[in-house]
Amino acid sequence: MKNLWLFLVRYNAFFWFMLFFTFSIFLVIRNNNYQQSAFINSSNVVVGSFYTKFNSWKEFLSLAETNALLIEENTLLRQQLQNIEAPDSIHNDTTFTLLKDVRYQFIPAVVVNNSIKQKNNFITLNKGKKDGIEVDMGVISSNGVVGTVLNVSENFCTVKSLLNTATKISVSLDSTNLAFGTLIWGANTDPRYAMVRDIPNHIKVTVGQPVFTSGFSTLFPKGIKVGEVIETDLSSGGSFKDMRIAITTNFSNLTYVYVVKDKLAKEKLELESLNNNNNG
Amino acid sequence: MAKIIVYNIVSFILLIIFQVAVLKNVGYYNIAIPLPYILFILLLPLGTPNFILFLLSLLTGLTIDAFYDSIGVHAAACVALAYFRIFFLNITLEVDQRESFQTPSWGNMKFKWFSTYIVLATIVQHLVLFLIEVFSFQNIIYTLGSALLSSIFTISIIFVISLITYSGKNKLTSN
Repeated sequence: MKNLWLFLVRYNAFFWFMLFFTFSIFLVIRNNNYQQSAFINSSNVVVGSFYTKFNSWKEFLSLAETNALLIEENTLLRQQLQNIEAPDSIHNDTTFTLLKDVRYQFIPAVVVNNSIKQKNNFITLNKGKKDGIEVDMGVISSNGVVGTVLNVSENFCTVKSLLNTATKISVSLDSTNLAFGTLIWGANTDPRYAMVRDIPNHIKVTVGQPVFTSGFSTLFPKGIKVGEVIETDLSSGGSFKDMRIAITTNFSNLTYVYVVKDKLAKEKLELESLNNNNNG
Repeated sequence: MAKIIVYNIVSFILLIIFQVAVLKNVGYYNIAIPLPYILFILLLPLGTPNFILFLLSLLTGLTIDAFYDSIGVHAAACVALAYFRIFFLNITLEVDQRESFQTPSWGNMKFKWFSTYIVLATIVQHLVLFLIEVFSFQNIIYTLGSALLSSIFTISIIFVISLITYSGKNKLTSN
């Protein structure tokens, strides 16, 4: 206490100075409009620059959220694109308006589990029954085909990846359905490649030719790019030829996918089942 | 002692009147303004207690502020000046000299000491004054320039006043 007192006495000039100077500055700021606004301004500069810095970090941290929003928007755009692509030039507008809604609906989902190294690979998505996912729906990514829905729970669904021996997807060699075959992963173990089988022998295939989904099944809309041909004549004998293609979907960093919901699937399947009944 | 008080009161009134009546209208386009009223603070007796010194500085500053419509600006500068004065006296004067009630005028002190004292104190006061008046570090060169030019202006006027009121050595020491 005595030391404190001595300290205060020794440096009393400084403390008086601080006291009086602060008082004067207080008067300046309180009574003078210019300094008042200047004071507020300068503090705003401080606060503003702080927020700018802070926001850049926050933006970085919320990238995931932003991505989710973007994928939502992409979904919407894809649906709108359907509006434009759905009507053929042959059809008139009435058909289109009768359809009312687009045929395919895209449900965005996030990959929560993925594997590429197994013999049969599966993917888990964060959307389930709650979000309208059903078994045997197609799953695509923004640049290609991913697989088909295998099981659905309330909040999740598992997807039979293209990298699965049981997956078969109907594909065509170009968007005009000149020739169609079946896409399988095949015997290879590289997640970058897959096989297309059952292409008729008479079809000329060139290396680099794109492969699209055929749209014959209810799984995928027509014309989604699957990959490009890299090897043509892997003959399996007989009247069909096999090809090796490079898959456009990058399975190793798959994050955002769309589940394809075919609104007319039920109608189509019911109609097709009538054929079987007739046969039987 | 009473003589010192009267002397200081008179100098206070005269300097303030001189400042606000005459020198307020003198200046070089706001770049250089003379403020020799600070001479009052500089000429307070050497042994003035710190608190009294600060109080008188504040009052002087506030008086000038009242005339200049700049509440607080001159007050803050004068308080800074008072602090500088204490600091300067502490490092340049002996203890017995510091505690006497001598007026640190040209007549009583050595010219070298007096001129250093006036020049440094004026520059400090003007820097603080102009910085607080502008209240930003934008155009800092302009602010510093005008502070320096004003300092030169003030210093010259202070020397003129000192010369006019110059009186023989140790005139007030007997009191």
